[in-house]
Order: sequence, then C-alpha cells, then structure tokens
Amino acid sequence: MLIDLHNIHKTYDNGQPLHVLKGIDLGIGEGEFVSIMGASGSGKSTLLNILGILDNYDEGEYWLDSKLIKNLSEKEAAHYRNQLIGFVFQSFNLINFKTAVENVELPLYYQGVSRKKRNELAMSYLEHFGLADWATHYPNELSGGQKQRVAIARALITRPRILLADEPTGALDSKTSVEVMDLLTELNRTEKVTIIVVTHESGVANCTDKIIHIKDGIIGETTLNEQHQSSIFGTNTIMK
Amino acid sequence: MNDLLTEIWESIRRNKLRTALTGFAVAWGIFMLIVLLGAGNGLMNAFMNQGEHFATNTMAVFGGVTSKPANGYQTGRRINLNDQDVAITQSALFSGNVDKISPELFKGPYTLAFKSRHTSVYLNGCYPSLMEMNKIEMLEGRFINQNDIKQHRKSIVLAASHAIELMNGGEDYASLVGKTVTTDNITWVVVGVYKTDRTAQRVEAFAPITTMQMITNDINYVDRINFSFHGLTTKEENEQFEKTYRAALNRAHKAAPDDESSIWIWNRFTQNMQMGKGTHYIRTALWVLGILTLVGGIVGVSNIMLITVKERTREFGIRKAIGASPREIMKLILAESVSITALFGYIGMFLGMVACEVMKMTVGQSSVEFFGETIRLFVNPTVSLSISFGVTILLVVAGAIAGISPAMKAARIRPIEALNET
Repeated sequence: MLIDLHNIHKTYDNGQPLHVLKGIDLGIGEGEFVSIMGASGSGKSTLLNILGILDNYDEGEYWLDSKLIKNLSEKEAAHYRNQLIGFVFQSFNLINFKTAVENVELPLYYQGVSRKKRNELAMSYLEHFGLADWATHYPNELSGGQKQRVAIARALITRPRILLADEPTGALDSKTSVEVMDLLTELNRTEKVTIIVVTHESGVANCTDKIIHIKDGIIGETTLNEQHQSSIFGTNTIMK
Repeated sequence: MNDLLTEIWESIRRNKLRTALTGFAVAWGIFMLIVLLGAGNGLMNAFMNQGEHFATNTMAVFGGVTSKPANGYQTGRRINLNDQDVAITQSALFSGNVDKISPELFKGPYTLAFKSRHTSVYLNGCYPSLMEMNKIEMLEGRFINQNDIKQHRKSIVLAASHAIELMNGGEDYASLVGKTVTTDNITWVVVGVYKTDRTAQRVEAFAPITTMQMITNDINYVDRINFSFHGLTTKEENEQFEKTYRAALNRAHKAAPDDESSIWIWNRFTQNMQMGKGTHYIRTALWVLGILTLVGGIVGVSNIMLITVKERTREFGIRKAIGASPREIMKLILAESVSITALFGYIGMFLGMVACEVMKMTVGQSSVEFFGETIRLFVNPTVSLSISFGVTILLVVAGAIAGISPAMKAARIRPIEALNET
C-alpha cells in the first residue's frame, strides 16, 4: 500500500476539546483514484491535512511510501511534501504576483533545480494542459478552470507519489468542474498518478474509482465505483 | 541568489510607497550618523590642527615662578631660561632621549619695512632645527642655517603673508629673497619665505637667535627651549624624564628640584595621547547618537516586515505546502529586510557624504577671529572610507536585526492555518 493509516486520532483543542478523527484505518494503493466524501464537519479536511503532512495527528500511525510520517520536524515535513505530495486546492492557492509558469516551477525551486531547467519543465507541463499561451499571465488574468489547471501542473511538476485535491471543483462552474475532473481522470489513467479527492459533491466523487465515506470522524462505507454509477444525480454530470 | 533577488524585487515593487517610507527612516538614520560623524571629525580636525603643526615628539620648556623656597630664596622668584639651560638640555645627561634643540626668543612687534611698504611683525630668534620641529614649510629660499647662528648674521625668514604685503599685494614674493628689509633701525637680508600657518597664534618672522640676543641686548636669554626626543613611549617614561629634566634645570637656577611651577614643560607627545583619548570619547558619543537615530529606522523596517509577513501569510502557507522549509521562508524575509536597509542606508550614506562635502565647502572654509586668533571651526568635516565600510557592516547587521523577529514569525506560519485564511 502506498498509504497506510492505522487508528488515526486527532483532537482539536480550541477552548474545549473537539475529537475530529476517531480512529481512521485506511489503505490506498498505488495508482488508485479515490475520493473521500463527507459532510462539512465530518473530518474529511482534517484527514486530508494529515495525509498531506500539513497537520499532525495525536494517535496511530501514518505510513506514506513505507515511511512513518509522525512527529516530523517542519523541515522534514516540508521535504516530504515537496518530494511525495502534490496539492490542488479549492481556491487554487496560486501566488498572485507570479506568472503561471513561475507558479508551476516554484516547487522545483525548493528542490534546487536550476532556473533554466525549471522553466523548461514548467513550460512542458503547461503545454500539456493547453496553457502554453497563458504561461506569462498572472493568475488574475486566468479563468477559474485555467487557474486550477495551472495548480494541477504545479502539483505534478515534482512527480509526486500522490496528488491530494481538496474540493478541486469547489470554486468552479459545472462545465469547468467536468473538465477538471476529466483531466484528473486522464492523469490517473495515463500517468498512473495516485489521486485522492476530498469532496462533498457526489457528482465529483462519482468520477473516481473508489468512494470512501467519512462520517463523524470514522470511515463509513467504502464504495467501489468502477462503473461510475454512484451519483444519485446520474452519470457524467456534476450538479451545481 | 538570482531567484532570491527577483523575489525581493517583486515584493518591493508591490509595495513601493510603503517601502519608500520605511526606507526613508533608515536613510535618515544613516544620513544623521554620517553627518554627525563628519561634523565631529571636522571639529576634531580643527581641534587637532594646532598640534598637527608641530612634530609630536617634542617638548617646549618655559621659565615660570618658583613655588617652593630653596637655597635661601623665597617663593615667587621669576625663572628666566638662558643659554646654560640650552647647554644642559644638550648635555650628555639627556642625550639618550633628546635629539634636536632649538631655543626661541620672541621680540616685537616691529615695523617691518621694504621700500615704502611696511607691516607689523614679531621676530622669533631660533635655531635651524625649529623648522623641522614646527613643520615650517619653505616656499622660497632657505630657513635659518648654522652659519647664521655662528656668525650672528642678520638673516630673516618671512612669512608669505608678510612678503605679499611688502610686495604691495603681488604674489611674486620669490623676488624678495636676497633683498634687504628693515625692522626699526636694523637691516636684514631676506633668506627665505615660508608658508603662512593660518592657525598660528601670530605670524612671525624667523631670525638667528644669536643675532636676536645681540640686537635686543638680551645676551644669554631665551624665552623657550624646544627639543625633539625619542625613546619615551609610555606616559610613565615621559613623566620620569620630565621629572629628572625639571630637576636639572631647577638646580641650575637654584630652585627646588621638584618645583613644578618654576619650569613649565609642555610635552606634545603626552598632550597628543590625552587628546587622542578625548577624541575617542567624542567619536564614541557621536556613534552612539547616530546609532540611536538609526534604531528608529530599524524599528520602522521591523514593523513593516511584520506587516508584510501578516499580509503574506497565505503566500507563505502555499510555499510551505509545496515544499518550502522554514529556513527558506526566513531567508526570504531576512534578505528583504537586509536589502531594504542596505539600499536605503546607502542612499542615506551617499546623501550624508554629499552633506559633508557641502559642509566642507561652506563652514569648512570659514574661520572666525577669536581674541585676535584665527580659528577654523571645521576642518575637513568628512568621514573616511573605513567608516563607510563600518557603516556598511552596520547596515547589514541592522537589517538582519530588523528582519529576525518577522522572519521567525513567518517561519512559524503553519500551512493549514495560512491556507484556511481567505
């Protein structure tokens, strides 16, 4: 398994303790395309933050690519994030004063790749996503879909072991949402990228091969969804 | 490095006004520091100028009034230095330390006349070695020489200012050399012209002391004995030498050997040592003042960097999420802080140096009359290259200090919290 979670507990303590994750056991294999679904407050974002080494957990074990991710220093955490994980966020989180290509090459900067090489690689990714003409544009000159594609390019440029997408279509209209989900699907099929999507939209979850439901801090049912028939709103559509 | 500079430039570009205002505080701090140091240097240079016109390893000895009864004499007896004292100074007793000697005999004022022109002059009877000790710079001809002394020649060395006056304002004082001038009823041959020392208490003409003693009937009498010395490097050595020297002269004048008011010794070497201490204190005080001004600027930079960090929290969160270590984030803030401080600091330093040059050209050239003496309040009020170098280091350190707390704050940003902020 690429990702192994054993009995993960997480409690937030803001005045009064809030037990968010109550023993999560989860395994995700290489090349899987998984979605984690749950209502707001179910703990899905917390789980994603732990998976992305953005947050730590109180109890249990998290193995990522056979490395135990526990009590890491900030420096180690940054290193693993850089090497193993690509992030796609709901609000894109591009850096506004950097052009598309500069945003995409930023993870490589932190790997110490030379400017020229970074630029070449970033351009090839943008080209791949049909954004070559937009390379020198700033994020506020791009549409939502373009921004998300830039963000995906940025997430993939370091060739991470997993791509974590937190509500990747949350800020997009339904048409663009479909485009982005198609892009993720294609990446999973052709590049064999392991993708974990966190969403509360069943239409989005329906695009993935496996849907993990999380409720009140524990894993509920896991639906195998090879046929993509799970959405109560029908197939091949994302309701907005 | 290049990437870091690009980052900093982008950040500064996005906040031009804010950066400029912050930078102004730093530039102002450094400007004040440089101007203070420059003005301080100007004052101290003016202060030291007097000393600069003498070789530092010299002493001047004057006669005084006894303060202790000795050998049957009461106190209050006037001691006049004479040729015997010169001989004692020259004797084997002190030859271990004493190098060159020149007594001086001052007389005047006389009316110095050349053809129909005349001016007022003090005469200073001396030995040839006075030229070296008092750093007299010859413009034309020569100084008093040994033959002048031996043969009691009526040779005279004029100051350039007097020579110009005698030549009716003409600059061609060289032609005066070899001509005869008169003081009252004595005729002198001008043997040289020296560069007028504007800081000197009065402008003198030099003559052989032997001639002076003869014509003024002050045979055997000298006003002052100057001598240069070597081998006395510490304060203690100097004090010891002064003690034995004073005792020797006192004995010759039948005064108490340890009478300090009968023989006055002005030791320019120890004087300089003390002056050096004094200037050291002044300079330290100026640095402290300047740095305190600069602290205001540094606090400003620190403040702005804190705001920057707050504003860029989300960006730093993104950077961390995609793999920036806390160190990288710190580096970014520190480099920006140092850059702003250094850039504006240099602007301030440059303007400060311009201000110093302006000072040099204006107040630095002016002088005031003070009890008949010409005093320049400022001499070369500028700062040296080594100070600029020191200031550069200071700026980098200041920038780093200003940035350290915001940088640490930035490094501590937790990516999830930063990303959750909208």
